[in-house]
Amino acid sequence: MSLELLNTLYVQTQGADLRLEEDSVRVRLPEATARRVLPLRRIDAIVVYGHVNLSTELITRCAQDARSITWMSGGGRFLGRLDGAVRGNVLLRQAQHRALADESVSLEIARNVVAGKIRNSRWIILRTARDAAPPAREEMRTVAATLAEKIDTVASAADVDTLRGIEGDSARLHFAAFRHALRPADGIPPFERRVRRPPTDPVNALLSYLYGMVRGMVHGAAEQVGLDPYVGYLHGIRPAKPGLVLDLMEEFRPVLADRLALTLLNRRQLRAEHFEELAGGAVQLTEDGRAVVIREWQEARQQLWEHGLAGRSVPAGLLPVMQARLLARHLRGDLPGYLPWKVTA
Amino acid sequence: MDLLLTYDVDTTNADGARRLRRVAKLCEGYGLRVQKSVFEIVTDEADLLRLLARIDDIINAERDSIRIYRLPAGGLADVRTLGIAQVQSHRDDLVL
Repeated sequence: MSLELLNTLYVQTQGADLRLEEDSVRVRLPEATARRVLPLRRIDAIVVYGHVNLSTELITRCAQDARSITWMSGGGRFLGRLDGAVRGNVLLRQAQHRALADESVSLEIARNVVAGKIRNSRWIILRTARDAAPPAREEMRTVAATLAEKIDTVASAADVDTLRGIEGDSARLHFAAFRHALRPADGIPPFERRVRRPPTDPVNALLSYLYGMVRGMVHGAAEQVGLDPYVGYLHGIRPAKPGLVLDLMEEFRPVLADRLALTLLNRRQLRAEHFEELAGGAVQLTEDGRAVVIREWQEARQQLWEHGLAGRSVPAGLLPVMQARLLARHLRGDLPGYLPWKVTA
Repeated sequence: MDLLLTYDVDTTNADGARRLRRVAKLCEGYGLRVQKSVFEIVTDEADLLRLLARIDDIINAERDSIRIYRLPAGGLADVRTLGIAQVQSHRDDLVL
């Protein structure tokens, strides 16, 4: 393959059709009259979302050239992956385990994960404080200032346990400020604090649901890049707990989930009738409520965000992939550190 | 490196039409077609040699003409267009 940096082809248009034509891939999109012909030479991976057809000739050709194909569900969940014969990411996974064993390396990654989350949390608080009433605005700005101090303590945290403490404190602060930004419809009790397993009020039920969406997307990204989703640095390793996914999703929580929750509640797109209480006190979205969230989530996934390091804007749905790739590059030694995504807009 | 490839294949007979198709197909494997007989290509030296050898095998040296221009670094990103022409991205992930 070429020495030039190769690209990934993402196909998310439902009903798209990809075929092999000599050394190129021909893409036909429904409703588009023109076909697109792309040279395979310039593509090192194909990722398809949902209902997209690939011809068997294209699939076998990709297997032959060790060009990966990843199948994701329409919602961004990982389904499967083709890697060809010679590749396989054993070296990447080995690097991932080695980094976990090396305390200084894993501490540094965990630090950046926490710093990224707090930074993005500050951003959304300052952003929403503008629209808040004066007393709440002051309180939100105070929280933002405290969070800025927390970021400084992250740099000097001596171990991962200290980091987890800072992360927990910051999350509490974040939700204390978040409370002031919410103006839900009648019948939805005001948000007091984060409650999970199970959420016992509508706002918490919505947050849990959205975190599930983010988690699915990040898990897919980790799999797609070839990282082991279960080997984390801030969250460590525990059976059945995808530590790396939980690590990587931290920086996305405030911007992709909390912000959408705010929009849905403040715009009255979700109202009291969209939630139901189960026996035992757990609250969940009704089927109609879920339909509203999924529709808005699909739209939010297409929204473009600036990615400072890449120097261009990227749809929200691809941010986790970019971040997983950055982590992989760090683990392989190509980047001096893991740089979390920093929201700017 | 960034290249611009243009071809002019004589299609006055069936054999010429066949050569035209083969050149077009070959180029589609190397770059993006921006006009009927113009391709923008991003490649390295080794692939360029391969491309030249394969074109040479296809064309009729008496009748067809191929021109390849080497553009300054990043030249393909600096294109001015008029009419229906669109700037195509060569170095970005593609989202369709």
